[in-house]
Amino acid sequence: MRRWLEGLKQLRRYPSAVLGMLLILFLVGLSVYTVVAIPYSQALDLWRGGDHWRMHPVNASPVWADRLRGGDLPETQIISSDEVTARVQEFPGGRRLQIPLGFDYQSSAFPSELNLFLRVHDTERPPFVRFIWQAPDGSEQVIGGRRVARDERVSISQDWGLERRLGHVPHVGLMMDPGSGNPSQPEVLTGIHTMLLDVVMFDEAGSVSADLVVYGRVHGIAGTDHQRRDLMVALMWGTPVALAFGLIAAVGTTVTTLVIAAMGVWFRGWVDATIQRLTEVNMILPMLPILVMVGTLYSTSIWLMLGVVVALGIFSAGIKMYRAMLLPIREAPYIEAAKAYGAGDARIILRYMVPRVLPVLIPTFVTLIPTFVFLEASLAVLGLGDPVLPTWGKVLNDAQEQSALYNGFYYWVVSPAALLMLTGLGFAMLGFALDRVFNPRLRSL
Amino acid sequence: MTQPALLRVENLRLAYRTGRGVVRAVDGVDFDLRRGEALVLLGESGCGKSSLAKALLRLLPRNVQAHEGRVWLDDTDILALPEERFRRDVQWLRISMVMQAAMNALNPVVRVGEQVAEPLMVHRGWSRAKAMERAAEVFALVGVSTDFLGRYPFELSGGMRQRVVLAMSLVTEPDLVILDEPTSALDVLTQAGIMNVLKRIKRELNTSFILITHDVSTSSEIADRVALMYAGQIVELADARHFFTEPAHPYSQMLMASVPRLHQPDPPQHIPGQPPDLLDPPAGCRYAPRCPKRFGRCDEMPDSITVGERHHVRCWLHGAGP
Amino acid sequence: MNRDTTAETLLEARDLHTWFELRQWGFLRAGHVRAVDGVNFALRRGEAVAFVGESGCGKSSLARTLLGLHRPTRGEVVFEGGHLEALDKRGLKTYRARVGYVQQDPYGALPPFMDVGRILSEPLIIHGVRDRETRQARVRAALEEVRLTPAESYLSKFPHQLSGGQQQRVVIARALVLEPSMIIADEPVSMLDASVRVEILRLLRNIQVERGLTLAFITHDLSTVRHFAERIFVMYGGRIVEQAEVNELLDHPQHPYTQALLAAIPDPDPDNADREHAVPGGEPPSLANPPPGCRFHPRCPEAMAGLCDRDEPPDFEPRPVHLSACWLHR
Ligand SMILES: Nc1ncnc2c1ncn2[C@@H]1O[C@H](COP(=O)(O)OP(=O)(O)OP(=O)(O)O)[C@@H](O)[C@H]1O
Ligand SMILES: Nc1ncnc2c1ncn2[C@@H]1O[C@H](COP(=O)(O)OP(=O)(O)OP(=O)(O)O)[C@@H](O)[C@H]1O
Ligand SMILES: [Mg+2]
Ligand SMILES: [Mg+2]
Repeated sequence: MRRWLEGLKQLRRYPSAVLGMLLILFLVGLSVYTVVAIPYSQALDLWRGGDHWRMHPVNASPVWADRLRGGDLPETQIISSDEVTARVQEFPGGRRLQIPLGFDYQSSAFPSELNLFLRVHDTERPPFVRFIWQAPDGSEQVIGGRRVARDERVSISQDWGLERRLGHVPHVGLMMDPGSGNPSQPEVLTGIHTMLLDVVMFDEAGSVSADLVVYGRVHGIAGTDHQRRDLMVALMWGTPVALAFGLIAAVGTTVTTLVIAAMGVWFRGWVDATIQRLTEVNMILPMLPILVMVGTLYSTSIWLMLGVVVALGIFSAGIKMYRAMLLPIREAPYIEAAKAYGAGDARIILRYMVPRVLPVLIPTFVTLIPTFVFLEASLAVLGLGDPVLPTWGKVLNDAQEQSALYNGFYYWVVSPAALLMLTGLGFAMLGFALDRVFNPRLRSL
Repeated sequence: MTQPALLRVENLRLAYRTGRGVVRAVDGVDFDLRRGEALVLLGESGCGKSSLAKALLRLLPRNVQAHEGRVWLDDTDILALPEERFRRDVQWLRISMVMQAAMNALNPVVRVGEQVAEPLMVHRGWSRAKAMERAAEVFALVGVSTDFLGRYPFELSGGMRQRVVLAMSLVTEPDLVILDEPTSALDVLTQAGIMNVLKRIKRELNTSFILITHDVSTSSEIADRVALMYAGQIVELADARHFFTEPAHPYSQMLMASVPRLHQPDPPQHIPGQPPDLLDPPAGCRYAPRCPKRFGRCDEMPDSITVGERHHVRCWLHGAGP
Repeated sequence: MNRDTTAETLLEARDLHTWFELRQWGFLRAGHVRAVDGVNFALRRGEAVAFVGESGCGKSSLARTLLGLHRPTRGEVVFEGGHLEALDKRGLKTYRARVGYVQQDPYGALPPFMDVGRILSEPLIIHGVRDRETRQARVRAALEEVRLTPAESYLSKFPHQLSGGQQQRVVIARALVLEPSMIIADEPVSMLDASVRVEILRLLRNIQVERGLTLAFITHDLSTVRHFAERIFVMYGGRIVEQAEVNELLDHPQHPYTQALLAAIPDPDPDNADREHAVPGGEPPSLANPPPGCRFHPRCPEAMAGLCDRDEPPDFEPRPVHLSACWLHR
């Protein structure tokens, strides 16, 4: 134990190790935060998509990416009827409500979409709603009107009639400056736009509430994807998944490989021969195609993949290396002593041989973690990612399927790739430093 | 018979820098050695014997903190010589050394004959043929059949390899040969055989030897002079006869009592305690913590006190009153 | 032989052979190394015996065979009347608790990643001492027995933090912790500094006497045996060539090999420098291809042609209770 502490103390002398540890610490912190903040079931639910995300823009890039370029692309604005005061006019057998959903629009770019979400409460008789757009210059535009039975989504941007009438997609046509020179390159009319809901209720009790969503072109730290999902969910949840996958796979393979190598060395004879032959066969079997096969034919559950990776990783080239390290240990006098005081085979292997090489393995093991993280990401990119879990690889896979780069959605590829690289870098820097501490022979190099 | 010294060492010091502090492995050593004399350097493991030899031959590791003193070989201070001149004129030609465990350090892929001849080709610039001829002579001298010239180290037994290493150190006919633990890893019979060879060489070639060992019995086989080291210092330097029959330092006395003898009715005694840590040796006499004859003055570092002809002891028991 | 009939025989080797197969290119059989080649002796309870011989004469192989670490090729080891080969797994485990083992290289004999407390607990755990307190008490007692006191200060030390002498004490403590009736010590001091050798040997000897243990002590250094053993077996080329009580053997060596060995051992005497030892030429025999007849005859100054190089000498008894396998005593 003390030796390990010593080793850790020595690590402080390597700046790269400190940096690597900080990176890893950051990733671990992020994982812990994520798992606490977005519980597993919630994450799965969110990632399944759908209604959660109806108020998010499609394919919005991260805010910082635009601001860094000096842009002023709009963020999403949600104007709720709860925040405005409606004008009420009573008339026999009903009421008339006028709900002004006004918002200040200052961006020089048009929003990406306009939607209105209506909810009708406590009434059997559907109210009639007229939608009127009031521009900052005082002009009014009646968009249309209809009976609203229950909760309803009014897709203003998809209103073909309106589009034909305005000569532009509605969210451009409604908000453009009519005085702007070139009609094919409309400019935004900045100022306060208002969507006035003129509601006629045929009831005393009921009420109507509404959310006007002016979808922006940028969103949050991570942006959104084609299904309006906030990529932050995947980037954050990808961290614990990647770390867990890497850690379990690395621990699983190293420890099992080591134990199996030790068994071969200790028992010799046919045990050793079998292990050697298995390794040789396994070494020429390519891992990725097998995983692709399993994923295609069977299931792409991350746990199954993890199992297959560990299983294939066990009889890897590592066995030969550990064998070479264990062979001299087998002949160590302390092993003979242990046998002479009655230690059994299992005890000798697990308590006397394995611990002897463990310190040497720690660096290898640390550098192995990112390899498995990358493997998981590669599988996901190939479309063999876990179908339900949000992971970095899944994000990359979606990006690829939506031709993100071709469409200019760089953020979609860059952020998961950056996280992958940070992971690799962190573990690699720590691993190399550990190697120097635990294998002092390298130190003079 | 007074004869000028071949080698005179004055206040030699060698200290290593380590993670935990400075190790003073050789801490103020003086002795002299005459031509044809054999000095045995005795001492427990870790007391600095090998370090002393390395300090003499300037074979220093990288973490040396201090290396000072004077080593006169005839009339030149070989520590003051420029490195390059030392390597060219002194090493191998005047002083050669057999390192500790050298028999296991032979080049496994070069025939032993060539390894023995190599110093001649390098330092004397001899032709291969001439050097091999000389190597054959030295093989005969150390009692290895010349058939073995063309063999590889792994084909030889431990005793034979040790003889080959010895041959290598003798091939340039140096004035002084330093042997670091040449026989510790060998069997009794092999060891006796090698000691026989050393005795013969000393008689026939009048070579001086410094033999490093921790085995008192073996040292008596060749010693003219004995230097007993303790914690980096020579605590007693005496003629072998004096040292083996009436040692003056309490440590020497206890050491002699601890030697197992074949025909001795009483069991050997042991020296209680452990040698001091060279990182932090006691301020006074280094042996005082283990010494049964310790008294007040031992808190002071004893000088090297002359108690007889060429007989010096670092112990206040032999000092003039304070 | 008129042995002391009151003393009970603890361990007996009967015509013991341990041969190692030599392989060429990994699989071709190329003969055998006859490391132990026909050894007979009986050890009495509570006695200390020394096996002496040169490097490679088969001492360690004999020790390992006695410990059940090698299977004898032929012959048998009988311990307390039971045959070692006939023991099942459980029986063998029990046997291992009855015989302690002290190796040559103390540092190598201790697992470097365990502290002293753990090292000494291991045998107890293996032999089913479940209770922690009991284990701790026994570990402490063992440490005190080898004079590593106060025991507490050693429990959490790692082998590399101990001096060679202390390491060997830990090894001895480990051999004692199961309270064996016999200890086999294979060159217990040859890797140690000369100044601590005597100390360790005395310690072993004292424990052996106090506990009434049987001690088989293997060494190549005849000068120490007089005070630390009662009987000596001299080995040469996988065999025992001479055996007798210590003083008898050292003072009246009978076999030419023993005589040469004794002559080669110097006492610290300044006169040594003036005389050469008579050393038999040649090298110890190859155990893979031993010379016919007496194994020592190629180096023997008194070899008799036609006899020593043809027939193996049996044990003769040239002096009472003193056996020597040499045709000279015919
Ligand atoms: N390169 C080095 N760096 C640091 N300390 C060293 C170095 N070489 C030797 N020492 C220390 O110096 C002391 C003297 O070592 P040295 O090898 O001279 O002893 P020695 O008397 O030859 O011992 P041995 O009988 O074991 O060969 C020891 O404490 C050793 O640990
Ligand atoms: N496991 C083994 N396989 C093959 N040969 C062996 C084995 N163990 C020992 N030998 C050989 O048996 C012979 C006797 O070896 P052993 O170790 O018993 O000698 P020893 O008397 O203990 O020598 P030493 O004094 O060097 O320890 C040697 O030639 C050795 O190479
Ligand atoms: Mg040394
Ligand atoms: Mg041995």
